[in-house]
Amino acid sequence: MSTYFTKDHEWLKVEGDVVTVGITEFAQSQLGDVVFVELPENGKTVDQDDEVAVVESVKAASEVYAPLDGEIVEGNELLVDEPAKVNEDPEGAAWFFKMKLGNAAQLEALMSEADYKAFVETL
Amino acid sequence: MAEAVDLLKTPLFDLHVELGAKMVPFAGYDMPVQFPLGVMKEHLFTRESAGLFDVTHMGQAWLVGPDHATTAAALETLVPSNMKELKPGKQRYTVLLNDNGCIIDDLMVSRPLASEDDGRLMLVVNAACKDNDYKIIAAALPENVKLEIVEDRALIAIQGPKAAEVMALHAPEAAEMGFMEARPLEFDGISVIASRSGYTGEDGYEISIPAGAAEAVAKALLADERVESIGLGARDSLRLEAGLCLYGHDIDENTTPVEGNITFCMQKRRKEAGDFPGGERVLKQLAEGTENLRVGLLLEGRAPAREGAEIRVPGTEEIVGRVTSGGYGPTLGAPVAMGYVPSNLAEIGTELELVVRGRALPAKVAEMPFVAQRYYRKPK
Repeated sequence: MSTYFTKDHEWLKVEGDVVTVGITEFAQSQLGDVVFVELPENGKTVDQDDEVAVVESVKAASEVYAPLDGEIVEGNELLVDEPAKVNEDPEGAAWFFKMKLGNAAQLEALMSEADYKAFVETL
Repeated sequence: MAEAVDLLKTPLFDLHVELGAKMVPFAGYDMPVQFPLGVMKEHLFTRESAGLFDVTHMGQAWLVGPDHATTAAALETLVPSNMKELKPGKQRYTVLLNDNGCIIDDLMVSRPLASEDDGRLMLVVNAACKDNDYKIIAAALPENVKLEIVEDRALIAIQGPKAAEVMALHAPEAAEMGFMEARPLEFDGISVIASRSGYTGEDGYEISIPAGAAEAVAKALLADERVESIGLGARDSLRLEAGLCLYGHDIDENTTPVEGNITFCMQKRRKEAGDFPGGERVLKQLAEGTENLRVGLLLEGRAPAREGAEIRVPGTEEIVGRVTSGGYGPTLGAPVAMGYVPSNLAEIGTELELVVRGRALPAKVAEMPFVAQRYYRKPK
Protein backbone atom coordinates (compact mmCIF):
# COMPACT_ATOMS: atom_id res chain seq x y z
CA MET A 1 0.00 0.00 0.00
CA SER A 2 1.32 3.45 -0.95
CA THR A 3 0.22 6.78 0.43
CA TYR A 4 0.20 10.04 -1.52
CA PHE A 5 -0.80 13.63 -0.79
CA THR A 6 -2.09 16.57 -2.86
CA LYS A 7 -1.64 20.33 -2.62
CA ASP A 8 -5.38 20.49 -1.83
CA HIS A 9 -4.61 18.68 1.45
CA GLU A 10 -6.03 15.33 0.51
CA TRP A 11 -4.43 11.97 1.20
CA LEU A 12 -4.69 8.87 -1.00
CA LYS A 13 -4.04 5.27 -0.06
CA VAL A 14 -3.60 3.01 -3.06
CA GLU A 15 -4.35 -0.71 -2.76
CA GLY A 16 -4.31 -2.46 -6.11
CA ASP A 17 -6.51 -0.33 -8.35
CA VAL A 18 -8.65 1.06 -5.50
CA VAL A 19 -7.75 4.45 -4.03
CA THR A 20 -9.11 5.64 -0.68
CA VAL A 21 -9.26 9.45 -0.39
CA GLY A 22 -9.61 11.71 2.64
CA ILE A 23 -8.49 15.09 3.91
CA THR A 24 -5.36 15.59 5.98
CA GLU A 25 -4.93 16.44 9.63
CA PHE A 26 -3.75 19.88 8.50
CA ALA A 27 -6.93 20.35 6.43
CA GLN A 28 -9.24 19.45 9.32
CA SER A 29 -7.36 21.79 11.67
CA GLN A 30 -7.86 24.63 9.19
CA LEU A 31 -11.53 23.87 8.62
CA GLY A 32 -12.53 23.67 12.25
CA ASP A 33 -15.60 21.80 13.43
CA VAL A 34 -17.12 19.88 10.53
CA VAL A 35 -20.93 19.89 10.56
CA PHE A 36 -21.80 18.38 7.19
CA VAL A 37 -20.22 16.22 4.51
CA GLU A 38 -21.64 15.66 1.03
CA LEU A 39 -20.32 12.53 -0.65
CA PRO A 40 -20.07 11.74 -4.36
CA GLU A 41 -22.47 9.27 -5.97
CA ASN A 42 -21.28 5.72 -6.44
CA GLY A 43 -20.49 4.87 -10.03
CA LYS A 44 -19.76 8.46 -11.00
CA THR A 45 -16.86 8.89 -13.42
CA VAL A 46 -14.68 11.82 -12.47
CA ASP A 47 -11.70 13.69 -13.85
CA GLN A 48 -8.76 14.84 -11.79
CA ASP A 49 -9.55 18.15 -10.00
CA ASP A 50 -13.32 17.77 -10.37
CA GLU A 51 -15.23 18.87 -7.27
CA VAL A 52 -16.62 15.62 -5.95
CA ALA A 53 -17.39 16.14 -2.27
CA VAL A 54 -18.11 19.02 0.08
CA VAL A 55 -17.10 19.51 3.66
CA GLU A 56 -18.78 22.22 5.69
CA SER A 57 -17.70 23.80 8.95
CA VAL A 58 -19.90 26.10 11.03
CA LYS A 59 -18.64 29.02 8.99
CA ALA A 60 -18.03 27.87 5.42
CA ALA A 61 -18.22 25.18 2.75
CA SER A 62 -15.08 23.74 1.12
CA GLU A 63 -14.74 21.46 -1.87
CA VAL A 64 -12.97 18.14 -1.95
CA TYR A 65 -11.46 17.39 -5.36
CA ALA A 66 -10.92 14.16 -7.23
CA PRO A 67 -7.16 13.67 -6.90
CA LEU A 68 -7.12 11.43 -10.00
CA ASP A 69 -9.23 10.35 -12.96
CA GLY A 70 -11.41 7.37 -12.16
CA GLU A 71 -14.74 6.04 -10.97
CA ILE A 72 -16.22 6.59 -7.53
CA VAL A 73 -16.97 3.21 -5.99
CA GLU A 74 -17.92 4.05 -2.40
CA GLY A 75 -18.61 7.02 -0.14
CA ASN A 76 -18.06 6.83 3.61
CA GLU A 77 -21.62 6.85 4.99
CA LEU A 78 -20.23 7.27 8.52
CA LEU A 79 -19.54 10.92 7.70
CA VAL A 80 -23.17 11.59 6.81
CA ASP A 81 -24.30 10.72 10.33
CA GLU A 82 -21.17 11.78 12.18
CA PRO A 83 -19.46 14.61 10.31
CA ALA A 84 -17.39 15.45 13.42
CA LYS A 85 -15.40 12.25 12.76
CA VAL A 86 -13.53 14.30 10.16
CA ASN A 87 -12.02 16.30 13.02
CA GLU A 88 -11.36 13.27 15.21
CA ASP A 89 -9.78 10.87 12.75
CA PRO A 90 -9.27 12.53 9.36
CA GLU A 91 -6.57 10.17 8.16
CA GLY A 92 -8.28 7.02 9.40
CA ALA A 93 -11.98 6.28 9.99
CA ALA A 94 -13.06 9.54 8.34
CA TRP A 95 -11.97 8.73 4.78
CA PHE A 96 -14.28 10.40 2.24
CA PHE A 97 -14.56 8.07 -0.74
CA LYS A 98 -12.96 5.21 -2.63
CA MET A 99 -12.33 5.37 -6.35
CA LYS A 100 -11.15 3.02 -9.02
CA LEU A 101 -7.88 4.21 -10.46
CA GLY A 102 -8.31 5.43 -14.06
CA ASN A 103 -4.82 6.59 -14.88
CA ALA A 104 -1.98 5.29 -12.69
CA ALA A 105 0.50 7.68 -14.33
CA GLN A 106 -1.17 10.56 -12.45
CA LEU A 107 0.15 9.18 -9.16
CA GLU A 108 3.68 10.14 -10.10
CA ALA A 109 2.91 13.86 -9.84
CA LEU A 110 1.53 13.57 -6.27
CA MET A 111 3.52 14.17 -3.09
CA SER A 112 4.98 11.67 -0.68
CA GLU A 113 4.31 12.09 3.03
CA ALA A 114 7.72 13.77 3.50
CA ASP A 115 7.09 16.13 0.57
CA TYR A 116 3.67 17.01 1.93
CA LYS A 117 5.05 17.74 5.39
CA ALA A 118 7.61 20.06 3.82
CA PHE A 119 4.85 21.69 1.75
CA VAL A 120 2.70 22.35 4.85
CA GLU A 121 5.74 23.93 6.56
CA THR A 122 5.84 26.55 3.81
CA LEU A 123 2.22 27.64 4.39
CA MET B 1 1.06 38.92 4.73
CA ALA B 2 1.66 42.18 2.92
CA GLU B 3 -1.80 43.61 3.53
CA ALA B 4 -1.54 43.03 7.27
CA VAL B 5 0.54 46.17 7.78
CA ASP B 6 -2.42 48.33 6.77
CA LEU B 7 -4.87 46.72 9.14
CA LEU B 8 -5.88 48.54 12.29
CA LYS B 9 -5.33 46.84 15.63
CA THR B 10 -7.60 47.07 18.63
CA PRO B 11 -6.10 47.55 22.11
CA LEU B 12 -6.73 43.83 22.67
CA PHE B 13 -4.70 42.68 19.66
CA ASP B 14 -1.72 41.46 21.71
CA LEU B 15 -4.01 39.61 24.10
CA HIS B 16 -5.79 37.87 21.21
CA VAL B 17 -2.48 36.73 19.75
CA GLU B 18 -1.26 35.60 23.16
CA LEU B 19 -4.46 33.54 23.54
CA GLY B 20 -3.78 31.82 20.22
CA ALA B 21 -6.44 33.55 18.11
CA LYS B 22 -6.60 33.07 14.37
CA MET B 23 -6.58 36.66 13.12
CA VAL B 24 -8.33 37.77 9.94
CA PRO B 25 -8.93 41.11 8.24
CA PHE B 26 -12.42 42.39 9.00
CA ALA B 27 -13.71 45.88 8.16
CA GLY B 28 -10.15 47.18 8.07
CA TYR B 29 -9.16 45.63 11.41
CA ASP B 30 -7.07 42.62 12.27
CA MET B 31 -9.66 40.68 14.27
CA PRO B 32 -9.87 37.26 15.94
CA VAL B 33 -12.16 34.95 13.93
CA GLN B 34 -11.65 32.10 16.38
CA PHE B 35 -9.63 31.05 19.40
CA PRO B 36 -8.16 27.58 20.03
CA LEU B 37 -11.53 26.38 21.36
CA GLY B 38 -12.94 26.67 17.81
CA VAL B 39 -16.20 28.19 16.54
CA MET B 40 -18.45 25.34 17.69
CA LYS B 41 -17.22 25.18 21.29
CA GLU B 42 -16.97 28.96 21.53
CA HIS B 43 -20.61 29.22 20.48
CA LEU B 44 -21.79 26.55 22.92
CA PHE B 45 -19.68 27.95 25.76
CA THR B 46 -21.26 31.38 25.30
CA ARG B 47 -24.77 29.88 25.55
CA GLU B 48 -23.79 27.79 28.61
CA SER B 49 -21.56 30.19 30.48
CA ALA B 50 -20.15 33.48 29.17
CA GLY B 51 -18.14 34.67 26.17
CA LEU B 52 -15.96 37.74 25.86
CA PHE B 53 -15.97 39.51 22.48
CA ASP B 54 -13.74 42.33 21.23
CA VAL B 55 -16.01 44.62 19.22
CA THR B 56 -13.74 47.64 19.22
CA HIS B 57 -13.95 47.74 15.44
CA MET B 58 -17.46 49.08 15.79
CA GLY B 59 -17.88 52.84 15.73
CA GLN B 60 -18.53 54.73 18.95
CA ALA B 61 -19.64 58.35 18.77
CA TRP B 62 -21.47 60.99 20.73
CA LEU B 63 -24.13 63.37 19.58
CA VAL B 64 -23.76 66.48 21.72
CA GLY B 65 -26.37 69.21 21.86
CA PRO B 66 -27.64 71.77 24.38
CA ASP B 67 -30.35 69.51 25.80
CA HIS B 68 -31.96 66.13 25.19
CA ALA B 69 -34.92 67.51 23.23
CA THR B 70 -32.61 69.23 20.73
CA THR B 71 -30.23 66.29 20.27
CA ALA B 72 -33.05 63.76 20.05
CA ALA B 73 -34.91 65.89 17.50
CA ALA B 74 -31.75 66.09 15.38
CA LEU B 75 -31.31 62.33 15.42
CA GLU B 76 -35.01 61.76 14.71
CA THR B 77 -34.58 63.43 11.32
CA LEU B 78 -32.45 60.40 10.31
CA VAL B 79 -34.10 57.47 12.10
CA PRO B 80 -37.68 56.18 12.54
CA SER B 81 -37.44 55.57 16.31
CA ASN B 82 -38.68 57.64 19.19
CA MET B 83 -35.57 59.32 20.57
CA LYS B 84 -37.31 62.23 22.26
CA GLU B 85 -38.98 59.99 24.84
CA LEU B 86 -35.90 57.81 25.38
CA LYS B 87 -35.41 57.99 29.15
CA PRO B 88 -32.08 58.66 30.87
CA GLY B 89 -30.13 55.41 31.21
CA LYS B 90 -32.04 53.68 28.41
CA GLN B 91 -30.82 52.26 25.13
CA ARG B 92 -32.68 51.78 21.86
CA TYR B 93 -32.00 49.93 18.59
CA THR B 94 -32.59 51.99 15.49
CA VAL B 95 -31.71 52.37 11.81
CA LEU B 96 -30.36 55.21 9.69
CA LEU B 97 -32.62 55.56 6.65
CA ASN B 98 -32.07 56.99 3.18
CA ASP B 99 -34.70 58.88 1.19
CA ASN B 100 -36.20 55.60 -0.03
CA GLY B 101 -36.76 54.49 3.56
CA CYS B 102 -33.98 51.93 3.13
CA ILE B 103 -31.39 51.12 5.74
CA ILE B 104 -28.00 52.84 5.65
CA ASP B 105 -26.96 51.15 8.91
CA ASP B 106 -28.40 49.77 12.12
CA LEU B 107 -27.18 51.14 15.40
CA MET B 108 -27.63 51.36 19.16
CA VAL B 109 -28.39 54.68 20.81
CA SER B 110 -28.17 55.29 24.54
CA ARG B 111 -29.04 58.26 26.66
CA PRO B 112 -26.72 58.82 29.61
CA LEU B 113 -28.11 58.48 33.10
CA ALA B 114 -26.58 61.59 34.67
CA SER B 115 -28.38 64.93 34.38
CA GLU B 116 -25.07 66.71 33.68
CA ASP B 117 -24.88 64.65 30.47
CA ASP B 118 -28.26 65.92 29.29
CA GLY B 119 -28.13 66.57 25.55
CA ARG B 120 -25.70 63.71 24.87
CA LEU B 121 -26.56 60.49 23.05
CA MET B 122 -24.09 57.66 22.59
CA LEU B 123 -24.12 55.84 19.25
CA VAL B 124 -22.63 52.46 18.38
CA VAL B 125 -22.56 51.79 14.63
CA ASN B 126 -21.27 49.01 12.39
CA ALA B 127 -17.55 48.90 11.65
CA ALA B 128 -17.89 48.71 7.87
CA CYS B 129 -20.41 51.57 7.81
CA LYS B 130 -18.96 54.01 10.28
CA ASP B 131 -17.26 56.49 7.94
CA ASN B 132 -20.35 56.80 5.76
CA ASP B 133 -22.65 57.01 8.80
CA TYR B 134 -20.60 59.81 10.34
CA LYS B 135 -20.64 61.77 7.09
CA ILE B 136 -24.42 61.44 6.78
CA ILE B 137 -25.10 62.23 10.42
CA ALA B 138 -22.74 65.22 10.53
CA ALA B 139 -24.28 66.67 7.37
CA ALA B 140 -27.78 66.46 8.80
CA LEU B 141 -27.12 68.04 12.19
CA PRO B 142 -28.20 71.56 13.09
CA GLU B 143 -25.56 74.11 14.16
CA ASN B 144 -26.02 73.42 17.86
CA VAL B 145 -25.63 69.62 17.74
CA LYS B 146 -22.21 68.12 17.10
CA LEU B 147 -21.00 64.63 16.27
CA GLU B 148 -17.98 63.62 18.35
CA ILE B 149 -16.31 60.49 17.04
CA VAL B 150 -14.75 58.42 19.79
CA GLU B 151 -11.36 57.03 18.76
CA ASP B 152 -9.78 56.37 22.13
CA ARG B 153 -12.07 53.75 23.60
CA ALA B 154 -12.34 50.00 23.21
CA LEU B 155 -15.65 48.14 23.16
CA ILE B 156 -15.99 44.64 24.52
CA ALA B 157 -19.03 42.46 25.08
CA ILE B 158 -19.59 39.80 27.70
CA GLN B 159 -22.51 37.57 26.77
CA GLY B 160 -24.12 34.48 28.22
CA PRO B 161 -26.14 33.26 31.20
CA LYS B 162 -23.19 33.73 33.58
CA ALA B 163 -22.17 37.17 32.26
CA ALA B 164 -24.10 39.04 34.95
CA GLU B 165 -22.66 37.15 37.92
CA VAL B 166 -19.10 37.57 36.65
CA MET B 167 -19.65 41.24 35.83
CA ALA B 168 -21.09 41.88 39.31
CA LEU B 169 -17.81 40.76 40.93
CA HIS B 170 -16.04 43.72 39.30
CA ALA B 171 -18.87 46.23 38.99
CA PRO B 172 -21.63 45.44 41.52
CA GLU B 173 -23.99 48.08 40.12
CA ALA B 174 -24.13 46.21 36.81
CA ALA B 175 -26.52 43.77 38.48
CA GLU B 176 -29.12 46.52 38.87
CA MET B 177 -29.33 47.13 35.13
CA GLY B 178 -32.13 45.72 33.00
CA PHE B 179 -32.05 44.79 29.32
CA MET B 180 -31.42 47.84 27.12
CA GLU B 181 -30.23 50.02 29.99
CA ALA B 182 -26.97 51.93 29.92
CA ARG B 183 -24.93 53.62 32.63
CA PRO B 184 -21.42 54.45 33.77
CA LEU B 185 -19.82 51.88 36.05
CA GLU B 186 -16.63 51.56 38.05
CA PHE B 187 -15.10 48.26 36.94
CA ASP B 188 -12.33 47.44 39.44
CA GLY B 189 -11.90 51.20 39.77
CA ILE B 190 -11.82 51.81 35.99
CA SER B 191 -14.52 54.16 34.68
CA VAL B 192 -16.47 52.43 31.92
CA ILE B 193 -19.84 52.86 30.22
CA ALA B 194 -21.90 49.69 30.03
CA SER B 195 -25.15 48.73 28.40
CA ARG B 196 -27.05 45.54 29.14
CA SER B 197 -27.42 44.37 25.55
CA GLY B 198 -25.54 42.49 22.87
CA TYR B 199 -25.68 40.49 19.69
CA THR B 200 -26.08 36.88 20.81
CA GLY B 201 -29.63 36.64 22.15
CA GLU B 202 -28.16 36.09 25.62
CA ASP B 203 -28.08 38.29 28.68
CA GLY B 204 -24.90 40.34 28.87
CA TYR B 205 -23.20 43.68 28.56
CA GLU B 206 -21.34 45.79 26.08
CA ILE B 207 -18.65 47.82 27.81
CA SER B 208 -16.97 50.94 26.46
CA ILE B 209 -13.55 51.31 28.05
CA PRO B 210 -10.71 53.84 27.73
CA ALA B 211 -8.32 52.14 25.29
CA GLY B 212 -5.46 51.96 27.79
CA ALA B 213 -7.57 50.07 30.32
CA ALA B 214 -9.21 47.63 27.90
CA GLU B 215 -6.71 44.85 28.41
CA ALA B 216 -7.02 45.09 32.20
CA VAL B 217 -10.81 44.76 31.98
CA ALA B 218 -10.63 41.89 29.48
CA LYS B 219 -8.03 40.04 31.56
CA ALA B 220 -10.04 40.51 34.74
CA LEU B 221 -13.09 38.94 33.06
CA LEU B 222 -11.09 36.17 31.39
CA ALA B 223 -9.43 35.24 34.69
CA ASP B 224 -12.80 33.80 35.67
CA GLU B 225 -13.21 30.23 34.47
CA ARG B 226 -16.80 31.02 33.54
CA VAL B 227 -15.52 33.28 30.74
CA GLU B 228 -13.76 32.41 27.47
CA SER B 229 -12.55 34.60 24.61
CA ILE B 230 -14.83 34.28 21.56
CA GLY B 231 -14.08 35.17 17.93
CA LEU B 232 -16.11 36.66 15.12
CA GLY B 233 -17.01 33.20 13.79
CA ALA B 234 -19.09 32.29 16.82
CA ARG B 235 -20.38 35.86 17.07
CA ASP B 236 -21.97 35.30 13.67
CA SER B 237 -23.50 31.89 14.44
CA LEU B 238 -24.81 33.21 17.78
CA ARG B 239 -26.52 36.22 16.22
CA LEU B 240 -27.93 34.08 13.41
CA GLU B 241 -29.58 31.68 15.87
CA ALA B 242 -30.90 34.72 17.74
CA GLY B 243 -32.53 35.90 14.49
CA LEU B 244 -30.58 39.17 14.54
CA CYS B 245 -29.75 40.95 11.29
CA LEU B 246 -26.23 41.36 9.98
CA TYR B 247 -26.02 44.70 8.20
CA GLY B 248 -24.96 44.45 4.56
CA HIS B 249 -26.41 40.94 4.35
CA ASP B 250 -29.88 40.69 5.94
CA ILE B 251 -30.65 44.40 5.70
CA ASP B 252 -29.05 46.98 3.44
CA GLU B 253 -29.64 50.07 1.32
CA ASN B 254 -32.28 48.19 -0.68
CA THR B 255 -34.45 47.10 2.24
CA THR B 256 -36.75 49.08 4.48
CA PRO B 257 -37.38 48.27 8.16
CA VAL B 258 -40.75 46.84 7.10
CA GLU B 259 -39.25 44.48 4.52
CA GLY B 260 -36.47 43.63 6.98
CA ASN B 261 -39.09 42.72 9.59
CA ILE B 262 -37.58 45.00 12.21
CA THR B 263 -40.48 47.38 12.69
CA PHE B 264 -40.02 46.94 16.45
CA CYS B 265 -37.44 49.73 16.09
CA MET B 266 -40.25 52.13 15.11
CA GLN B 267 -42.36 53.45 17.95
CA LYS B 268 -45.97 54.59 17.67
CA ARG B 269 -45.49 58.34 17.29
CA ARG B 270 -42.99 57.90 14.45
CA LYS B 271 -45.08 55.22 12.72
CA GLU B 272 -48.06 57.54 12.72
CA ALA B 273 -46.20 60.65 11.60
CA GLY B 274 -43.79 59.12 9.08
CA ASP B 275 -41.54 62.11 9.72
CA PHE B 276 -38.25 60.45 8.72
CA PRO B 277 -36.39 59.80 5.45
CA GLY B 278 -38.54 57.72 3.13
CA GLY B 279 -41.40 58.07 5.60
CA GLU B 280 -44.12 58.12 2.98
CA ARG B 281 -42.96 54.83 1.48
CA VAL B 282 -42.48 53.16 4.86
CA LEU B 283 -45.95 54.25 6.03
CA LYS B 284 -47.48 52.86 2.85
CA GLN B 285 -45.69 49.55 3.45
CA LEU B 286 -46.92 49.48 7.05
CA ALA B 287 -50.47 49.94 5.86
CA GLU B 288 -50.47 47.76 2.76
CA GLY B 289 -47.65 45.29 3.31
CA THR B 290 -44.55 44.77 1.24
CA GLU B 291 -43.68 42.73 -1.79
CA ASN B 292 -40.97 40.83 0.10
CA LEU B 293 -40.25 40.07 3.74
CA ARG B 294 -37.28 38.75 5.69
CA VAL B 295 -38.10 35.39 7.21
CA GLY B 296 -36.37 32.63 9.15
CA LEU B 297 -35.79 29.33 7.34
CA LEU B 298 -35.21 25.87 8.80
CA LEU B 299 -33.92 23.12 6.52
CA GLU B 300 -35.03 19.52 6.75
CA GLY B 301 -31.63 17.90 6.31
CA ARG B 302 -28.19 18.61 7.69
CA ALA B 303 -26.76 20.55 4.76
CA PRO B 304 -26.48 24.27 5.49
CA ALA B 305 -27.71 26.80 2.92
CA ARG B 306 -25.40 29.79 2.84
CA GLU B 307 -25.80 33.41 1.79
CA GLY B 308 -26.88 33.66 -1.85
CA ALA B 309 -28.69 30.31 -2.04
CA GLU B 310 -31.80 30.56 -4.22
CA ILE B 311 -35.21 30.14 -2.62
CA ARG B 312 -37.84 28.36 -4.75
CA VAL B 313 -41.41 27.19 -4.43
CA PRO B 314 -41.43 23.36 -4.42
CA GLY B 315 -42.32 21.93 -7.77
CA THR B 316 -41.39 25.07 -9.66
CA GLU B 317 -38.12 26.34 -11.02
CA GLU B 318 -39.02 29.92 -10.19
CA ILE B 319 -36.59 31.73 -7.91
CA VAL B 320 -38.65 33.72 -5.41
CA GLY B 321 -35.86 34.92 -3.15
CA ARG B 322 -32.41 34.38 -1.76
CA VAL B 323 -30.82 33.42 1.52
CA THR B 324 -29.13 36.45 3.09
CA SER B 325 -27.48 34.63 6.03
CA GLY B 326 -27.17 30.95 6.57
CA GLY B 327 -25.07 28.37 8.28
CA TYR B 328 -25.05 25.80 10.99
CA GLY B 329 -26.61 26.60 14.34
CA PRO B 330 -24.53 24.81 16.98
CA THR B 331 -27.11 25.18 19.77
CA LEU B 332 -29.92 24.03 17.53
CA GLY B 333 -27.71 21.30 16.07
CA ALA B 334 -29.12 22.02 12.65
CA PRO B 335 -28.69 24.42 9.75
CA VAL B 336 -30.46 27.78 10.01
CA ALA B 337 -30.95 30.57 7.52
CA MET B 338 -32.78 33.79 6.87
CA GLY B 339 -33.73 35.35 3.60
CA TYR B 340 -36.30 37.32 1.66
CA VAL B 341 -39.44 35.78 0.20
CA PRO B 342 -42.63 37.26 -1.30
CA SER B 343 -44.98 38.27 1.51
CA ASN B 344 -47.58 35.67 0.49
CA LEU B 345 -44.94 32.99 1.19
CA ALA B 346 -43.81 34.46 4.50
CA GLU B 347 -46.25 32.64 6.75
CA ILE B 348 -44.70 30.34 9.35
CA GLY B 349 -44.67 26.77 8.06
CA THR B 350 -44.68 27.64 4.35
CA GLU B 351 -42.79 24.95 2.47
CA LEU B 352 -39.96 26.17 0.28
CA GLU B 353 -36.79 24.86 -1.35
CA LEU B 354 -33.28 26.20 -0.90
CA VAL B 355 -30.94 25.43 -3.76
CA VAL B 356 -27.51 24.28 -2.61
CA ARG B 357 -24.97 23.18 -5.24
CA GLY B 358 -27.75 22.58 -7.74
CA ARG B 359 -29.82 20.48 -5.37
CA ALA B 360 -33.17 21.64 -3.98
CA LEU B 361 -33.29 21.15 -0.20
CA PRO B 362 -36.68 21.17 1.55
CA ALA B 363 -37.10 24.03 4.03
CA LYS B 364 -39.85 25.76 5.96
CA VAL B 365 -40.45 29.33 7.00
CA ALA B 366 -39.77 29.35 10.71
CA GLU B 367 -40.26 31.56 13.72
CA MET B 368 -37.28 33.66 14.75
CA PRO B 369 -35.34 33.67 17.00
CA PHE B 370 -34.37 30.06 16.34
CA VAL B 371 -33.01 29.84 19.88
CA ALA B 372 -34.99 31.58 22.64
CA GLN B 373 -33.59 34.95 23.69
CA ARG B 374 -32.66 35.19 27.35
CA TYR B 375 -32.48 38.90 28.01
CA TYR B 376 -32.68 40.10 31.60
CA ARG B 377 -35.81 42.11 32.29
CA LYS B 378 -35.98 43.79 35.66
CA PRO B 379 -38.89 42.82 37.90
CA LYS B 380 -41.41 45.66 38.06
